[in-house]
Amino acid sequence: MSSELNHLLSLASAGKMSRRDFVGRAGALGVSTAMAGTMLSTAAFAETPVKGGVLRAGVQGGQSTDSLDPALAASDVPFMINSTWGETLVDAGLKGQVEYRVAEEISSNADATEWKFKIRKGVEYHNGATLTAEDVVATLQRHTDEKSQSGALGIVKGIKDMKAEGDMVTLTLNAANADLPFLMADYHLIIQPGGGVDNPAAGIGSGPYKITENEAGVRTAFEKHANYWDANRGFADQVEVLSINDNTARTAAIQAGQIHMMNRVDPKIVEMLAGNADVLIERAAGPGHYVFIMECNKAPYDNNDLRMALKLAVNRQEMVDKILGGMGSRGNDFPINAAYPLFDDSIPQRDYDAAAAAEAYKKSGHDGSPLILQVAPGAFPGAVEAAQLFQASANAAGIPLQVKLEPDDGYWSNVWNVAPFCASYWGGRPVQDQMYSTAYLSTADWNDTKFVDPHFDEVLIAARGELDQTKRKAMYSELALIVRDNGGLICPMFNDWVEGRRKEVGGWIANPAGSLMDGKALSMCWLNA
Amino acid sequence: MHPLIKLVVQRIALGLLLLLAVSVVIFLGVEMLPGDTAQAILGQSATPEALANLRESLGLNQSAATRYFTWLGHAVQGDLGKALTNQQDISHAIGQRLGNTLFLALCAGVIAVPLAIALGLIAARYNGRWPDKLISGVTLATISLPEFVAAYFVIFLLTQVIPILQPVSMVFPGMGFLEKLHAVALPVIVLVMVVLAHMMRMTRAAILNVMQSAYIETAELKGLSPMQVIWRHALPNAVAPIISVVVINLAYLVVGVVVVEVVFSYNALGQYLVDHVAKRDLPVVQAVGIIFAAVYIGLNILADLIGIIANPRLRHPK
Amino acid sequence: MRIPLSALMGMVLTGAFVLAAVFAPWIAPYPIDAAVGKVWEGPSSQYWLGTDTIGRDILSRLIYGGSVTIFVALVSSLLSFGMGAFFGFLAATRGGWMDTGLSRLVDLMMAVPSLIVALVVLSVLPLNLTVLILVMGVLDSTRVFRLSRAVAADIAVMDYVEAAKLRGERQGWIIFREILPNAMSPLVAEFGMRFIFAVLFISTLSFLGLGIQPPLSDWGGMVRENKDGLVYGKAAALMPALAIAVLAISVNLVADWILQRTSSLKGGRGG
Repeated sequence: MSSELNHLLSLASAGKMSRRDFVGRAGALGVSTAMAGTMLSTAAFAETPVKGGVLRAGVQGGQSTDSLDPALAASDVPFMINSTWGETLVDAGLKGQVEYRVAEEISSNADATEWKFKIRKGVEYHNGATLTAEDVVATLQRHTDEKSQSGALGIVKGIKDMKAEGDMVTLTLNAANADLPFLMADYHLIIQPGGGVDNPAAGIGSGPYKITENEAGVRTAFEKHANYWDANRGFADQVEVLSINDNTARTAAIQAGQIHMMNRVDPKIVEMLAGNADVLIERAAGPGHYVFIMECNKAPYDNNDLRMALKLAVNRQEMVDKILGGMGSRGNDFPINAAYPLFDDSIPQRDYDAAAAAEAYKKSGHDGSPLILQVAPGAFPGAVEAAQLFQASANAAGIPLQVKLEPDDGYWSNVWNVAPFCASYWGGRPVQDQMYSTAYLSTADWNDTKFVDPHFDEVLIAARGELDQTKRKAMYSELALIVRDNGGLICPMFNDWVEGRRKEVGGWIANPAGSLMDGKALSMCWLNA
Repeated sequence: MHPLIKLVVQRIALGLLLLLAVSVVIFLGVEMLPGDTAQAILGQSATPEALANLRESLGLNQSAATRYFTWLGHAVQGDLGKALTNQQDISHAIGQRLGNTLFLALCAGVIAVPLAIALGLIAARYNGRWPDKLISGVTLATISLPEFVAAYFVIFLLTQVIPILQPVSMVFPGMGFLEKLHAVALPVIVLVMVVLAHMMRMTRAAILNVMQSAYIETAELKGLSPMQVIWRHALPNAVAPIISVVVINLAYLVVGVVVVEVVFSYNALGQYLVDHVAKRDLPVVQAVGIIFAAVYIGLNILADLIGIIANPRLRHPK
Repeated sequence: MRIPLSALMGMVLTGAFVLAAVFAPWIAPYPIDAAVGKVWEGPSSQYWLGTDTIGRDILSRLIYGGSVTIFVALVSSLLSFGMGAFFGFLAATRGGWMDTGLSRLVDLMMAVPSLIVALVVLSVLPLNLTVLILVMGVLDSTRVFRLSRAVAADIAVMDYVEAAKLRGERQGWIIFREILPNAMSPLVAEFGMRFIFAVLFISTLSFLGLGIQPPLSDWGGMVRENKDGLVYGKAAALMPALAIAVLAISVNLVADWILQRTSSLKGGRGG
């Protein structure tokens, strides 16, 4: 049974959703009406949301420098904290759709250049004020204006004009974008009173929990927001986010019951945790991928034969097995996998081929000087080990790959996007357009492979405004092939989210869009007695 | 003025000058590091516009000299300012974390120092015999473990095998004293394991070094028991090396325990410093750096003082 | 001269480690970088000490890693000792401005957080073993300075040193002939400790990115690479930790014996 169905079932059996709604939504998941009825009656006792208690999450990725300003959130702990006190217009749904939150209706004009968001009535902030359409506009403006420091700036700068009328927000775009609603699910774009202009780090929002104590990089405690609008979220009386950066300590804490859920279980220890009856492992195949990037404009990586030689010299299965402990899938040198809508699964999988790699290397005419792959432990979990596997498999094909260990300190400013060949990580985006536009468009700020192809850009922009899904899918296949065969991306693997929860935690639905149920685990789960 | 008091006054005055020098060195050091706060905050999501905007709002466009003297001007008036990264009030955050740092160091020191000296005395008393070998072997084994290994070992033992303690040690303002003690039990055990051997070995070596002196022989001839000889005659003459090693370890307990803090998620100064160095958050790095420097300078003064007091020849220089 | 059993054991083990390190390419069963097995295999007849986090043979990596670990730790602790003890003695015997200057300089060096020092060095100097050894030696020498100055200050006011000064002996003679022999015991004990700290310090610096480059790894670094398997008793993490412990104990057994000998050198009883 799918986890979404599971969640619906638990909501319905707890009386949070009408029987009719359940049957309707289960039908959308391919369950017959009769079947849905049976499921509902048998599951009535299985999963009933329980109110009360203190639910704690142990999360890796917090620092004492963290801010509550959603514009500055960049790692898992602030992401989790912000998702608990704040809400965005929409969430990324489980089936490649958007789920309405602060917005309750979205519509667009025929060519997808103008979008209207109807704002839900009666949504209340923790300070007692009511959320208005003006707040939404002010929030988006804060993230888009010239003074913005927001991580979402690149996402929302295609908006030409925004206005609020009554409960309606209208966004006018520079160019057609069929995916605009997905962009509004970005975790930076939390709606704040007055747009958060006066005090961006106040931590006051409209989410199910309000902050009672906050020590950056240590612990954030919340209590239930009494007037929260959605009865399907916010079951525990209090929730806490504990920042626990050490893997072993975090694992020990969940085993000892000090926390109820954790992110980033080291895939290598999953097998050993399986012996513990109190802790369940939750996996979700997401869009995140571990990569090695070559800058296509710098010698010797400006030679596509050399790039191809390196792509062929990666043993992807070995990396999935050893770096991800099998908890992931092989990459195919383009940044998209089955987690995205309109993914083309007919594109042939590239694999380790020492002979072909050697041939491509020979064809490239490279002078045999070492190819230096720069890597730091923090590039992605297991980056240094992955680089060494790469080195071994490349050397076996006669390619003089050499690993250079860089310090974590300053890696993202001194090495990534600077060095011609280095290790990196992409978390993925909800839709293909956003991923390609972020890092593969010639003019993209984060075009870390320095990939320039006018035809690619043309197709990408055309696909953005294309409303015919079949045509759109074909366009994305073309883009994928271009990056796969000509780009500077070596993508050996997509990593699954591997997370842990204690058995008394109910209501868990794996959501591949982000860690810990896309940040909603504390809001949507409950503690069974 | 008594020469000792004069010495202390002199050293404290010099110490203040040293603190100034430390602040300059730290400032220059952090300035030399590649990248700045704006870049570090935005990380992988840095766009050129966002960077420029953030730099301006953080005041990073001003010259280094302006920034240093502005900071110094405020700091001497007791205003440490706000963290660049999250606008947190530095005095408030440091106040809390310094308390936690000292609490942990104190708990570990109170156990480790007397224990190490006692074990050192016993080892010296039974030099070469089995108690000496046992003490040496065990303490050497614990000190040769990297800190995180010792930490994982006690986590495994005391939260999984015998579940009596908690692996996450963070403490909050609202906690009672006993609650805090319970929370820090694991890191304290680890720190004791880490510092014990050094002090114990030095005590043993320093005692053995003076045991050959003529006055020890005299004392033995007087018929004192071996332990009395060590305690009354050998120890006072072996104070200087012991105290200097004790002080180095105490300083370590305050300044150097970041690995233990990270493993146990203990919210103290070490982790706070490391996070802010990574973000090039100068006001915070300066503030914590000055505190750590003061700890070293203060403890070194204390060590020199005790060394002088313990030795009559130094106490009354000719 | 009779060498006690413990010292003999220490010497044999230390010697074995050094020999293994020197002859690594001949005795290691597998190349250092070859992923020959599965992840975290236990000890077997094929891989005597098991395999690491990406399936490399632990024994081979220990043998190769031993050379860099022992070499760097030894040279840097000798350096820190030479520098620290010399300046410490100098400060204690000369006194005056020399003492004040050196002591306060050391205060300053100790007071600047070593994380910042390490990162600055990392950003301005090329990364190689020489730099690594220098950084470790200089940082550590401050601690040795404090100890040797304290010990020497006690000795410098002894009658026999006073007498030597009155005889008009040179500074060097006083330091090497009068102070050094009488300060040997604490210094030898300290050396044993410093050596262990150096072994552990390498792995910290490697982690920061300063120093040992893959596929080579020092022993502390090997423990770190495999640390997530530690509480599950994975050989990959335990074996290098064990190697460090055995090395530490061996070196200190030898130090103990030297300590015994130096105590007796002073002409007391026993020894």
